[in-house]
Amino acid sequence: MTNSKKMLALLLSGTLLAGPLAAETELTVYTAVEAEDLARYAETFNAQHPDIKINWVRDSTGIITAKLLAERDNPQADVVWGLAATSLLLLKSEGMLEAYAPAGVDLLDKKFVDSSTPPAWVGMDAWVAAVCYNTVEAEKAGLTPPTSWKDLADPKYKGHVIMPNPNSSGTGFLDVSSWLQLFGEEGGWAYMDALHENIARYTHSGSKPCKLAASGEIPIGISFAFRGAKSKAAGAPLEIIVPSEGVGWDMEATAIVAGTDDLEAAKTLVDFSITKEANEMYNTGYAVVAMPGVAKPVEYFPEGLLEAMIDNDFEFAANNRAAILKEWQARYDSKSEPKG
Amino acid sequence: MNLSHSNPVTLPAGRDVRGKLSRDDVIMRGGMIVIALYLVVTLAFPLYAMLSKSFSTFRFELAQYEFQVSDEAGVFDGTILNGAQLNQSTGAYSGGDLAAGSDSRLAVTPFFPDFSFRSPVQYQIRNASDTGRFLVGSDLYDDTDWLTLDSNTFRRVQLRPVKSRGIDNFVNYFSTPALFNSIKNSLWIAVVSTIVTVTLAFWFAYALNRSCMRFKGLFRLVAMAPILVPSLLPGIALVYLFGNQGMLKELLFGASIYGPIGIVIGSVFFTFPHAFLIISTALAISDARLYEAAISLRATPWRTFWTVTIPGARYGLISAAFVVFNLVITDFGLPKVIGGQFNVLAVDIYKQVIGQQNFEMGAVVSVVLVVPAILAFAIDRLVQSKQVALLSARSVPYQPTPNPRVDRIFLAYSTLVALFIVGILAVCQFAALIKFWPYDLNLSLNNYAFDKMDGGGWASYFNSIKLGLLTAVIGTSVVFFGAYLVEKSNGFKVGRALFQMFAMLPMAIPGMVLGLAYIFFFNNPANPLNPIYGTMAILVICTVTHFYTVSHLTAVTALKQMDREFESVSSSLKQPTMKLFARVTVPVCLPAVLDISIYLFVNAMTTVSAVVFLYSPKTTLASVAVLNMDDAGDIAPAAAMGMMIFYTNAVARILHLIASKGVLARTQAWRNR
Repeated sequence: MTNSKKMLALLLSGTLLAGPLAAETELTVYTAVEAEDLARYAETFNAQHPDIKINWVRDSTGIITAKLLAERDNPQADVVWGLAATSLLLLKSEGMLEAYAPAGVDLLDKKFVDSSTPPAWVGMDAWVAAVCYNTVEAEKAGLTPPTSWKDLADPKYKGHVIMPNPNSSGTGFLDVSSWLQLFGEEGGWAYMDALHENIARYTHSGSKPCKLAASGEIPIGISFAFRGAKSKAAGAPLEIIVPSEGVGWDMEATAIVAGTDDLEAAKTLVDFSITKEANEMYNTGYAVVAMPGVAKPVEYFPEGLLEAMIDNDFEFAANNRAAILKEWQARYDSKSEPKG
Repeated sequence: MNLSHSNPVTLPAGRDVRGKLSRDDVIMRGGMIVIALYLVVTLAFPLYAMLSKSFSTFRFELAQYEFQVSDEAGVFDGTILNGAQLNQSTGAYSGGDLAAGSDSRLAVTPFFPDFSFRSPVQYQIRNASDTGRFLVGSDLYDDTDWLTLDSNTFRRVQLRPVKSRGIDNFVNYFSTPALFNSIKNSLWIAVVSTIVTVTLAFWFAYALNRSCMRFKGLFRLVAMAPILVPSLLPGIALVYLFGNQGMLKELLFGASIYGPIGIVIGSVFFTFPHAFLIISTALAISDARLYEAAISLRATPWRTFWTVTIPGARYGLISAAFVVFNLVITDFGLPKVIGGQFNVLAVDIYKQVIGQQNFEMGAVVSVVLVVPAILAFAIDRLVQSKQVALLSARSVPYQPTPNPRVDRIFLAYSTLVALFIVGILAVCQFAALIKFWPYDLNLSLNNYAFDKMDGGGWASYFNSIKLGLLTAVIGTSVVFFGAYLVEKSNGFKVGRALFQMFAMLPMAIPGMVLGLAYIFFFNNPANPLNPIYGTMAILVICTVTHFYTVSHLTAVTALKQMDREFESVSSSLKQPTMKLFARVTVPVCLPAVLDISIYLFVNAMTTVSAVVFLYSPKTTLASVAVLNMDDAGDIAPAAAMGMMIFYTNAVARILHLIASKGVLARTQAWRNR
C-alpha cells in the first residue's frame, strides 16, 4: 500500500516536473470551450507566460453557469475564459466579476466589449445562428430551401423543422431573443406561434438539430453555423442557410472572478486573451473573432454571416431572460403530443 | 421477527432482566450505529435539504426600495416614495407578479404612469435596507446610497428578488400546465408500460416454468440481458429502427416514435428482466395436488388457469407490477432520449436544474415525483408481507408434462420476445459500426473515437469501471456488515427496527431525487463534507446508497438461513463475534456476498439518474457520456459507448459466474454432505 502510494507520488511529481519548470502561480479557469481546443489554448498562453499554470474546469455552458452561480458566496474560479456573454452578464448582475480593462482593449470591436467602464468582461469570438438544410432529404420531401426566418413559418415545412429548446439550450435562447429583437415583442411571439406549427420537436441541446439534419432525421435544423460547417466537413449533404432578416449570436468571453487570490496573474491571462495571437487561435474554429481584420475564412462557413449578425442587445437578453423563458414555456412546452 | 428468540412456555410477567452488555455487544451496537449514521448522512440529511429547498422562494420586496422624482428642471423636492406604496397606488404589479425565481427581474417604470424616457425628469433610487438589490442594466447596486438617474437610464433599472420561504413554488408548479401535465404523462406511461411488461413477462415466465419447450437456459440468459445496459440504450435503438430514417419506420404507420410510443417500448425492454425474475420465482413453486384436484373436478384448462395458476402467482404479479411501475416513473434516461415533446417528471427535474438552473423548481418536481414512488413502494412492501408459504411439507412440486402443440406455441412466443431483446442490442451494435447513417453505410470504428466527442471520452469508460469496482467493494462490505449486525445482535429492538426502516428507504427514492438532494446537501460550503463534492467519493457514496435496499435484502435473506446457534456457540467458546463473522459467517454466505457485489457493479456501470447531477469534469462516467453524446446529436457514438457498457457487464457477469462456481466448490462443499 505504502509502496504503491510512493510510486504514485513519484509518478505525479515526475509529470509535474516535466511540465513548465517555472510554474509558480496556478489559476483555476472555468470554461465552456470545446475540450479539444483547451490544450491548444493553454499551450499558446504558456509559450508567452510559462510561470502561470492553468487548471481547467470544463463543462457545457449551462452547467458551468450553474456552477458559478452556486459558488456565488464562495467562488472557486479565478478566471472565466470562454463562456457565453449572456452568462457573464448574469454573473455581473450578481456582482461576481472584477471589472478590468485589459491592455489593448481599444483594438477590439466595440460589440465585443462590456458596456461598463472598466468593462466586466471582454469578448473572444462569436457563435452565430444558422439553419442547417439537408438537400437530399428536403428534395425527397419536395421542399425548396428557405431564405428567411419568415419562410420557415410557411405551412409547407410542417414537421420538417427542428430547433433547440431555449429553456435548456443557449443556442435556442439566442434564436428566441433575436426574433424578439428583430420582429418586436408582439411580432416575435406571433412568428414563433407560426413556427411552432412546423416544429417536429424541441431538442435539449443546440448542436443536435444540425446533427439531426445532417443525418436526415429531420431535414431542417435551426442550429449554429460552426456546427453546420463541421457536419458538412464530415460529409453530410448540408447547405448552411443564413436567413435574410439577420441572425442571432452570442459570444464567448473572458472575465476575472471577483475575490480571486491572484489578481495579477488573472490580469495577465485576460490581457493575453485579447491579443492578436489569441484571436488567431480562436479563428481556427470560429469565423468571427473580437479583433477586426484577424479572421480568415473558415472552411464550409456560409458567406455573408458576419453582415447578417444582428445588433444584439445583450442587456435586453439577460434582463428579460427569465420572463421570456416563462412565456415560451407557457406557449409551447405544454404541448405533449409530438407532431409526426 | 426472530422466532428462535421467543419462548414456547409463557412465563408470568416479571421485571425485565437486563444483562450487562458484553464487549461484543458494545462493538456490534457501535458498528450498527456507525452504519445507521452513514445512512442518515447520505440519505436523510440530503432529502431534508431538498425538501427545505423546495420551500425556498424568491420574492420582490418592494418595501425595501425608495424613490424620488424631480420636476422638469431636475430639482428634487425631497418627497420620498416607497416602492410598496407606489405599487399600491398604481396597481402596477399583482401579488403573483411579485413571486419570483432566483433569476427574476422587475422593471420599475410601471410605478410611474407618466414616465417617458425622453422627459427631462430625473429619478433617484436607493435600497431602504441592506438586503435590497437592484440593477442598472447589469450593474449591481446593493448599498443604501441614493443614485440619481436620468429617465433614459432609469428605465434600465431592474429590481432583484430576495430569498424567502413559503409554498409559492408549489403554487407556481400547479398553475403552470407545462409542468403539472407531466404528472399525468408520467402516470400514464408507467401504467401502460406496467400492463404490457407484466403481461409479456408473465407468459415468458410461464413458458419457462410450466412448459417443456426447449432452449430454456438460453431464453433465461437472453431475458436477463437488458439489466446489463443503461435504460436509455433501447431509446437509441428505437431511433435507428423507427426514426424518420429508421429501418422499420413503416411499421409505425406514420406515428412518431418520439413520445409515448417510444417510451413504452423502451420501458418494456429495460424493465422486462425485473418483472420476469419476480414472476418466475412465483411460478416456480406450486402445488401439483391443486392441479390434480382441478383435473379430477373436470375443470377446463382455462378455468384451472384462472382459479389455480393466477391466484398462486398473485403476489408475484402484484409485486412485479409495482416494481415495474416504480422503475418506469422514476426513469430519466429513456424519456430524455426518445420522449420528444412528451414531458415526464424525471426529465422535468433535469430540465429545471441543468437547463434553467432553477434549483428550487427542481426540488418541487422531486417532491412531486417522490409521492407516487413511495406509494408504489409501500404497497409492494405491504403485499410482500402478506405473502404466505404456498408450499407446505405435504405439497407435491408441480412438474410440467410435455404437450407438443402447446410447447411449440410457447417456443414461438419466447423466440419472439428473445428476438425483441437481442434485436435492440444488435441494432445498437450495428449503429455503432456504421460510418455515417444513412448516407455512408461502410463499416468503421470512427464512432469509438470518444475523445473527439462530448461526454469525456475514453476516460469516462475507465471512470465507470473504477466506480463499479469501488461501489462493489465498499458497498458490499458496508451492506453485508450492516445486515449482519442488525440480524445477529442481541436486544436493542428499537434500534434494529429503525435500522431496517432506513435500509428500506433508498428503494423508494428515485435516483434523480437522490442526486439533486446530494447537490443541496454536499455543495454547501458550510457542510464539513463539502470537499467530497465533485470527487469519485461522492459518486461511490451516492451509488451505494441508491442501491442499498436490494443488496441489504439479499444479505438479510442469506443471513436468516444461518441459525443464531452459531453466535451462542461462539460466545460460549469465548470467541469474539467478529472472529465468528470473519471465519464462519462470511465464508458461508459467500455466494450472497458475490451476488451483492455483481449487482452493485452492474448498476454502477449503468446508472444515470443520480450521478448525472454529481459527476465533475474529472469524474465523467460512461453511462452519462451515452446521455451527453446523444444530447449533442452524436447518436452513433452514444450507441457505441452503450454497447461498451454491455460487454463490460457481460464479462463481469461471466467472471462472477466462474468465481461463484470456484468459491462454491471450495467453501460450500458442506452443503452437499
